[in-house]
Amino acid sequence: MKRTKHPFVWVGGALSGVVTALILLGFVWTPYSTTMMDAAAKRQPPSAAHWLGTDQFGRDLFSRILEGAGTSLLIALCVVLIGSVFGILIGSFCGYYGGIPDLILTRICDSITAFPAILLALVIISVVGGGTYNIILALGVLFIPSFARVVRGEFARCRHLNYVKSAKLMGVGDLRLMFLHILPNTLPVLLPAVSIGLNNAMLSEASMSFLGIGIQPPQASLGSMLSESQTYLNSAPWYALSVGGTIVLMMLGFSLLAEGLQQTDWRR
Amino acid sequence: MKRILAVFLAVAMLACSLSACGGATTKPSTSSDETSSSDGAATTKKEISVGIAQDLDDSLDPFQSSDAGTREVMFNVFEGLVKPDATGNFVEAVASSVEVSEDGRSYAFTLRDGVVFHNGKPCTMDDVLYSFDTCAATSVYKHVVEALSAVQERTVEGNTLTFHLGEPNSDFMSVIASVFILPKDYAEQATAPVGTGPFRFVSRSVQQNFVLERNDDYYGAIPALERVTFQIYEDSNALFTALNSGALDLVSHLTADQINNLSNGYQVLEGTMNLVQGIYLNEAFAPFANEKVRQALCYAVDKDAMMELTADGHGAKLGSSMYPSFSKYFEPELAEAYPHDVERAKALLTEAGYPDGLSFTIKVPSNYQPHVDTAVVLAEQLAAAGINAKIEQIDWNTWLTDVYANRSFEATVVGFDASILSPTALLSRWVSDSSKNLINYNNPEYDQTYAAAQNAGDDAERTELYRRCLRILSDTAANVYLQDLADFVAIHPALEGYQFYPMYVMDLSTLH
Repeated sequence: MKRTKHPFVWVGGALSGVVTALILLGFVWTPYSTTMMDAAAKRQPPSAAHWLGTDQFGRDLFSRILEGAGTSLLIALCVVLIGSVFGILIGSFCGYYGGIPDLILTRICDSITAFPAILLALVIISVVGGGTYNIILALGVLFIPSFARVVRGEFARCRHLNYVKSAKLMGVGDLRLMFLHILPNTLPVLLPAVSIGLNNAMLSEASMSFLGIGIQPPQASLGSMLSESQTYLNSAPWYALSVGGTIVLMMLGFSLLAEGLQQTDWRR
Repeated sequence: MKRILAVFLAVAMLACSLSACGGATTKPSTSSDETSSSDGAATTKKEISVGIAQDLDDSLDPFQSSDAGTREVMFNVFEGLVKPDATGNFVEAVASSVEVSEDGRSYAFTLRDGVVFHNGKPCTMDDVLYSFDTCAATSVYKHVVEALSAVQERTVEGNTLTFHLGEPNSDFMSVIASVFILPKDYAEQATAPVGTGPFRFVSRSVQQNFVLERNDDYYGAIPALERVTFQIYEDSNALFTALNSGALDLVSHLTADQINNLSNGYQVLEGTMNLVQGIYLNEAFAPFANEKVRQALCYAVDKDAMMELTADGHGAKLGSSMYPSFSKYFEPELAEAYPHDVERAKALLTEAGYPDGLSFTIKVPSNYQPHVDTAVVLAEQLAAAGINAKIEQIDWNTWLTDVYANRSFEATVVGFDASILSPTALLSRWVSDSSKNLINYNNPEYDQTYAAAQNAGDDAERTELYRRCLRILSDTAANVYLQDLADFVAIHPALEGYQFYPMYVMDLSTLH
């Protein structure tokens, strides 16, 4: 049977692809320095020189957004990486072996999920201080339970399936069985979880920087820029619009991709 | 098409969530005020909401509170025998007349008749004596305690209290003004303060509001406002949104950008904040113990460009711990002592042993947008001289404990004001053994000059010594002195009579 991809996969993929390409470009090249200030060019509307205008210090917004989106995306990727790696480890062992360790770890995960992630991250950040690495750590730890739960469910289901039983009879080791036989079969559930996680991580970072406890200036992140732009909503509406628009486009791309992957028929 | 629609929806949602942010703590009671003024009728407002940027969670006991923000508000509640007016002079308050002897060694205060505390008790000489004793014993203001303990003799004759000083002290009047008269036998000053001022304390809700009410038994002119609610918005964006939506009638300490964005037709008044804003450099951090490094920082900073970027050029440049409205001591040329010169900054750094520049962290209180903006611009300017300044935003309470009390910081951008109308309020801090010397400034020459000024016989000599103190601070680059910020006040069009003071206070009694 031919694998049919949902149209959302193409739309979402294209959108996130373009955004990601721009962000990657931003890491090596921006039209202007992201911190260069220019008193003569404060709060300028979009023009040929400044495609998205300038902010209150005369910094080029397009460059700042490239940098900010890069910061946000990088944090989101690291957070999802931490969350998924540890989530898969915990989830697979719990799901495969079950028993009392499973019970305990699942309860711990449940209790972490009981708090809103943002609230818990706020507490952690206010204790250990802001900055990129602390945000990644705080959010990364908080993202583990959601992945663990998804993976655990799949493993618990798969271990009773015939292909697993036969592999076991053939003498395949537990680790090999878990990560080479079962894990690939959890992809239809795992992939959407990753892209939803990417979305959530980006939003969490944005909200934390929005509250002023995330990224420290002058480094840009979409959240901190949105927070700054609020003050200039009347005199420089393009500031908030371009930052908000970027967040929307990134979220939309990843959401569509996630939705599409979920709808896709994965059976072979 | 669907995508465009989604973008529009998301932007609309964004706008909604932003306005919801501002509205969250707004009291609905002000909406009626708004409708009454928007129809153009010259209705007088009796109840107003004032927005403030910090929580007043300090002790409200006037001898215990050290927050400028708390003092700013409590100025309306407490009074001394005399109090400062908007021009910087001292006028009679609880005392009805003041006589100073020609040699400047005796001050006689006659108690005003009919002064009543907010709790209904009349103010007597016992209360006055109690206030002076309590202040001398418990005040956190060291210079006040010192001045009071220098009083040789205190005599009471009927309604007249006379202080005899061993040495004349030109600051004595400002000391008297900062000894607020409190009722004897009242133990709840810290939470439910009682004074004699034109407004009485009503209530305080942590993180929410602070309410004052008109004191109808006030001996002086009864204020026009009946009730003033200070709404606390620790987030400056939320504060601005609430102001612009008309939920607040008066907000002071706004930035030029915020004023540019104000679109609700409020009047805008401009003054200066009477703050000495600077990068305060902790000399316990090794590089800053080196005078050359501090001077390099001064040269690396371009004050004009910074003011242009953060405040459209408003504000006044400073060069030492003194602001312009103290014209007796302020020397404008000190502000030009370190012209912007990146090459010189680099040369000084090399001389000091940092040829590759240096790195440090600037802690800045996140609730004061002007200080955050300044720090961002400064970091960029310092980078040009090879100095890598990292910014760390911290909330105000963390600033008070970490930076101010524990002195655990490398550099911080804040502003210092004068707690009393005297140069000592700004200068005593830098004496090496001062408890408020957060930067650990240690300069024997400064200590001597300051002590000499304290003991100087006549005013001209004292003034010259204080000026020399200021020059020492400038010469040794004690801190990177920046500016006295422009202070913009946005005020409801129906309100008049706002007065700027040479100190950090908000006088509500003249508003009408």
